[in-house]
Amino acid sequence: MARQLIIGAGLLAALIIFPLLSPWSTVILTVALCEGLAALGILVLLRAGQVSFGHGLYFAFSAYVVAFMAAARFGHEVLILVPVATAASGLLAALVGLFVVRYRAIFFGMLNLAISMVFFSLLEKLFSITGGADGKRVPRPTLAGISLERAEFELWIFYITLGLAVLAALGVARYLLSPGGKALEAIKSNETRLEYLGVSSRKVLFGAYVLSGLLAGLGGAVIALVSGHVTPELAYWVRSGEFVFIAILGGVGGVVGPFLGALMFQIIRGYAAVYAPETWHAVLGVMLLVIIFFAPNGLYGLMTGRKPAGTGQ
Amino acid sequence: MPPEMLLLAALDGLAYGSLIFLVAVGLSLIFGVLGVLNVAHGSFYAIGAYVAAAGVLALTGMGLPPWLAFPFFIVAAVLVGVIVGGLVETLLLRRIYGKEEVLQLLVTFAVFMILEDAQKVVFGVQPYFANAPMNWLGTIEVFGIFYTQYQLILIPTVALLVLVGLRLFLRRTAFGRAIVAVTQDRDAATAMGIDATRVYLITFIIGASLAALGGALSSATTSLTPGIGSGMIVLSFAVAATAGLGRIEGAAVAALLIGLGRSVAVYFAPEFDVLIPYLIMVAVLLIKPEGLFTTVQTRKV
Repeated sequence: MARQLIIGAGLLAALIIFPLLSPWSTVILTVALCEGLAALGILVLLRAGQVSFGHGLYFAFSAYVVAFMAAARFGHEVLILVPVATAASGLLAALVGLFVVRYRAIFFGMLNLAISMVFFSLLEKLFSITGGADGKRVPRPTLAGISLERAEFELWIFYITLGLAVLAALGVARYLLSPGGKALEAIKSNETRLEYLGVSSRKVLFGAYVLSGLLAGLGGAVIALVSGHVTPELAYWVRSGEFVFIAILGGVGGVVGPFLGALMFQIIRGYAAVYAPETWHAVLGVMLLVIIFFAPNGLYGLMTGRKPAGTGQ
Repeated sequence: MPPEMLLLAALDGLAYGSLIFLVAVGLSLIFGVLGVLNVAHGSFYAIGAYVAAAGVLALTGMGLPPWLAFPFFIVAAVLVGVIVGGLVETLLLRRIYGKEEVLQLLVTFAVFMILEDAQKVVFGVQPYFANAPMNWLGTIEVFGIFYTQYQLILIPTVALLVLVGLRLFLRRTAFGRAIVAVTQDRDAATAMGIDATRVYLITFIIGASLAALGGALSSATTSLTPGIGSGMIVLSFAVAATAGLGRIEGAAVAALLIGLGRSVAVYFAPEFDVLIPYLIMVAVLLIKPEGLFTTVQTRKV
């Protein structure tokens, strides 16, 4: 725990200072935080031994809620848009969760994928409502009632997101230590024994699922604000797979892991755009294999030097 | 609604369902025997399609008769299955049998990402269109509408042959029975002298070849663009899950169901055609969580 705090504090300090030194990095770092939040949701599910290839659904749903509300000039305000969109994602996760928590492992992962693809297809096909594959523009909303210039807005959003990410990470760390979080690990190790203790594994997983939907939704809401544009691609299953990649790359041992993974992911994306623009998914694939076979605890595991415990072994 | 329309939709659905059956049955077979859900299965379909299209374009370019495409389809499917499928199984999957299912999903997901980009590098991003085999077979008239014999007769026939052939292979041949034995109890089968490692490899190659065959057959009917594989994996999983993973005859029924459902939707509610497979799957799973044709298994403590 102490090490986790040190790594987390170091990362936080670096993130606070970096945008002040190089303003161009603000948006990239915000995107990394958003994807880190979604990957944090994946981490919660991975603790239960489950993987979702469909959390792009909550990411995209929340982003579209922001886009629709902003376009309708209804609550055209960051402090309203983000909580409402996040809550909407949580509600959707509760609805879908009722169905998917009945399944484990392969079915859990692939049903999430299928449901997110339903949403993706709807976004693409219902052109008159969603703007089809071109997506929707998100006009820049006010922040606490003040209209800001682009650079200022981006900087503020970054620090707000950073604050929210810290809160989310601390909250998830607390949750993982709580009885609910411990029961989550028991789903992975032996679900039947958990049920014999009188704990409903479905209820435990349902709670984790809604939490993961909220985290992905929070990330999606902020992405819509900083990119100013939403497309169905946010819901595509390969995109959901990237969240899983980030979670595994960062490591599931601690809540700092997904954010380390997300920063690394942005670095890889940056380099790949220059050196391997056509084959950057292949680069991700190779890295994923290397991590799974040689460093199953991810970057976080490498930094804390712990023996593999989270995945595989 | 005129009855001919329903018939036409049914004929469309038959061709479409046959095609997804070929892919889904490979996915289901691999899962049934190896216990691994192969996320890269859609890539085998796409690679099969690209190899077939490139081959047909080369054949017609050299002025050779278009019927040569049909034997070439089979050669292409087997080649893709043996080379790509064989490499994936021996190099990667072999290391992760018996590990968590989630880990297996992740490994095949990584393979998927690598194969998707490999296709772009090898075949480029330009659309491929090689419909010479379809034109060569000509058309047939049903209720005043011309259908290609390729889609109405050839594809369903191949699907039927694969279904019957697989069933006979698994029930009647020595190697097929070895596959069934390994599926039921790997340890006991190994103790009886069955080489389980070889059974896994060959099963994976058969499954991958079937996906590639589906791709090869589809190459004559549509133009190929990057991304066809990532759509197909979702669709074939929907079919396999509706039937119950590992069910071969069930996959045929589910593929037909989903194929018919989709083509009826194409006629009556075109904007929702892509949703139909998922809606059918979710509806079936809500009522029968293990799929249509699976019996409930007891839990191990």
